[in-house]
Amino acid sequence: MTDIAIVGAAQTGYRRRIDDANFSEMVYEVTSGALADAGLSIDDIDNFITVSNDFWDGRTISSMAVQDACGSSYQGGRNVSTVEGDGTFGLLYGMMRILSGAYKTTLVVVHCKGSEGNMRQITNGMFDYIYTRPLGIEATAAAAMQARCYMDRYGLTEEDFAHVSVKNRGNARLNPHAQLAAEMTIEDVMTSKMMAAPLKIHDLSPISDGAAAVILADRNTASKLGRKPVWIKGIAHCSEAHYLGDRDLAEAPALRDAAHRAYGMAGVENPFEEIDVVELYDAYSYMEPLWLEELGFCPRGKGGELTRLGATAFDGPVPVNPSGGVLSAHAVLVAGLARVIEATLQIRGEAGERQVEGPVELALAHGINGPCGQSHCVVILGE
Amino acid sequence: MSVHLEENIFYDGRIRMPYKWAVGKTGSFFLTQLRDHARIWGSRCPDCEMVFMPPRKNCPRCLVTDTTWVELPPRGVLETFTVVHFNEPSLQPMKPPYIYGIVKLDGADTGLTHLVNEIEPDSLWPGMRMEAVFKKANQRRGEITDLLYFRPEGGARQ
Amino acid sequence: MSQRVGIIGFGQTYHRSRRDDVNGVELINEAVRAALEDAELTIDDIDAVVIGNMDHFEAVNYVDTWSVDGSGAWMKPLIKLTTGGTTGSTLGIAGYHHTASELFDVVLVIGWEKNSESDTTGAIITCSDPIFDRFSFSGALPGLAVEASTYMKRYGITEEDAALVTVRDREHGANNPYAQLQKPVTVEEVMQSPMLSWPVKLLDICPRSDGAAAVIFAGEQKAKKLSPRPAWVLSTAVRHSHSYFGDINYEEIHTMQEAVKELYKNVGIKEPLKELDVVELYQPYSFAGLKWIEAMGLCKPGESPRLLRDKVTHMDGELPFNPSGGVICTNCIGATGLLRIGEAALQVMGRAPGRQVPDVNLALSTGFGGAYWTDLMLLGSRPW
Ligand SMILES: [Zn+2]
Repeated sequence: MTDIAIVGAAQTGYRRRIDDANFSEMVYEVTSGALADAGLSIDDIDNFITVSNDFWDGRTISSMAVQDACGSSYQGGRNVSTVEGDGTFGLLYGMMRILSGAYKTTLVVVHCKGSEGNMRQITNGMFDYIYTRPLGIEATAAAAMQARCYMDRYGLTEEDFAHVSVKNRGNARLNPHAQLAAEMTIEDVMTSKMMAAPLKIHDLSPISDGAAAVILADRNTASKLGRKPVWIKGIAHCSEAHYLGDRDLAEAPALRDAAHRAYGMAGVENPFEEIDVVELYDAYSYMEPLWLEELGFCPRGKGGELTRLGATAFDGPVPVNPSGGVLSAHAVLVAGLARVIEATLQIRGEAGERQVEGPVELALAHGINGPCGQSHCVVILGE
Repeated sequence: MSVHLEENIFYDGRIRMPYKWAVGKTGSFFLTQLRDHARIWGSRCPDCEMVFMPPRKNCPRCLVTDTTWVELPPRGVLETFTVVHFNEPSLQPMKPPYIYGIVKLDGADTGLTHLVNEIEPDSLWPGMRMEAVFKKANQRRGEITDLLYFRPEGGARQ
Repeated sequence: MSQRVGIIGFGQTYHRSRRDDVNGVELINEAVRAALEDAELTIDDIDAVVIGNMDHFEAVNYVDTWSVDGSGAWMKPLIKLTTGGTTGSTLGIAGYHHTASELFDVVLVIGWEKNSESDTTGAIITCSDPIFDRFSFSGALPGLAVEASTYMKRYGITEEDAALVTVRDREHGANNPYAQLQKPVTVEEVMQSPMLSWPVKLLDICPRSDGAAAVIFAGEQKAKKLSPRPAWVLSTAVRHSHSYFGDINYEEIHTMQEAVKELYKNVGIKEPLKELDVVELYQPYSFAGLKWIEAMGLCKPGESPRLLRDKVTHMDGELPFNPSGGVICTNCIGATGLLRIGEAALQVMGRAPGRQVPDVNLALSTGFGGAYWTDLMLLGSRPW
């Protein structure tokens, strides 16, 4: 349990190409949206965290482009910092800066325009340049090797993964922010274009443009606001080895470790029983069952079964990605913070048509960095 | 700001930047041995005794630097693989479909990510024995791709 | 929650114009091992790792996950921050908040750069807006030259005045075995060095370096247990205020003015020249050593050349600047701000052989980058 709450949130719609705004304008939009959501003005914010990536933005010091838009230059300037990585890591650092006693309110804002770069070249750039990059490997080929490794270890099938895509794209139909929403069949996924075996195009998340922002506040400030605060009850992050060959790709020990610590903070003992809704970073369909296993929602190797039996369905006992997840909208960096926002809306009961049944008292949001989920951040949110 | 919009303008840019990355002494030994002798060397940590491929100057787990060289045979076991079908000519080493795999060389504790060839994808299975195929001596340039690819041990299986 | 935080260890590489014998990950590892050795810790004692650099200098995306083998962050909490020139100071400040939040007790912070591996100016130019700025007023030099000429005109400052700053820092750098440039220079040599962008000459600006720095932060109890004299973090202040170079008022450096105002208020400093004991200034070129110290409130605008001529900011002066030789002698950009923090910490801990200022109670370190941004961290010998 921490003393930090999410008191405001906003996100753009996620689209293949947002062509009527540049990314600083998108940052301005969600900054204004989050302030309005919180009932705060920019005067009330004493700390800013921007999240961006120089490769996706096509400029060095990419944070420079958004200092005016996020408000850090307002009235002589305010304290600010910049995280490069998934938005959940920005949330984490923003929270630390309040916990340290330095600030009371923090705006965390993240943007990415996937449409403006070349995803494959950019993700090839995360591999080491001596032994791996010359092979032409990028995110999807690496993920495919992880998917294969996971299938072979535990006997999961391509159909198991297809179930995830069908579920999440189906859920996305209720989410106006989602980019890909569709009523699909297992067969649609199975017969879709092969990208990197065993992954087909419907096993992949799309490339998206989007931005998102949340406002964090300490207990004192949060309790004075009209809106119901959503508390960060637990949070933890962890990274494992870099070389794919150093890792057992059928497992995600870093996620296990982060989950263990986040659960410890939040007092969660049995996630399947206690957590009401989960928003995961499913950049590829196979990731959802793999991450669920490491998060302790089922025994190792049973992630596929969990989906097949409907346990993670919109109306199941633990709805996973009722928003449609990353498979339905993948603005890199933004996607993890979007998970946090979706979890926040569920707890507030403000998720509109995608609100899951029953009171949502505890929700889990998750973000990743690096190839095949090398680094994870787990966030437990609650009333 | 209200805008009477006639069209959305896009601006084409490209960051072209030359880089010259130092491989370092450790990697340079590995790559010159690969280039000049088609030999593969891993590094062993004296503390945890793990043998790393590719070799590391310091053990990534214990951080000690007195790692030692271990020559590894050009053969091992396929851990996982993928068949790439999508096209990305700016990156890809050959025309798809082609295969990436992670091969754990005999005596190493970590796998090497590389290309797999001379086999139909349907015949591949994790656990399969693989062997390295090197470029001809006069074509090797001190790059990881001097090791051309892995193929099933004992030769092509089509 | 929240706890006091002290710096208990600092390690750095021997900075050179190029380090062909190591790759980036190996360079990082040198600094990490040096810091662990300095703090008499092992990697097992580290609870979390913070790392950063400037992406386009080495073209590595996700430097945090790429460098795990060197940083020792395997199966540890790991985060990357980057803010351009201020990256190193941003990292140090993040190390402070990691620890002060009580989420972590011992935190390893790493800043690094291999500037030899690319075209530094070419990379920096891409920080400018691609549509409005990149084709023209772009990169590090034009802004600095405009700032310098504006300042000269307004206060009658001469190029020779600025040369005094280079001469001082090069003299100090000769005492620092880690510095890249260790040979003193004269005012004449500065004046005769090639003109880059008037009035800035080659010896007025920093070099570009390969190097890495690592600083270890610890919570109050741990710091007291692990270090005989930790350097306590007393306050930080940051202003990253501009997006466009055209937005900057070159007559002042308002981010420095605003940041010092906040920092001095936080700790109750009224007369910085008297109260501070040493400053490690992120000073990318000589003119900053004049104008910016005025913005810091050490003297009235236009009066800084007197402080240089009277050697007030020299090693034996009232307030020594850059005992390490500073940025004028070493600039591995992602490490530079963290080197300022590490060197300031050494001064407080009394562990800066050859360049130690006696009896340091308060040491200020700064960071500079982006579109005239300022980061500050004040270290002290007492937790306050
Ligand atoms: Zn070891």
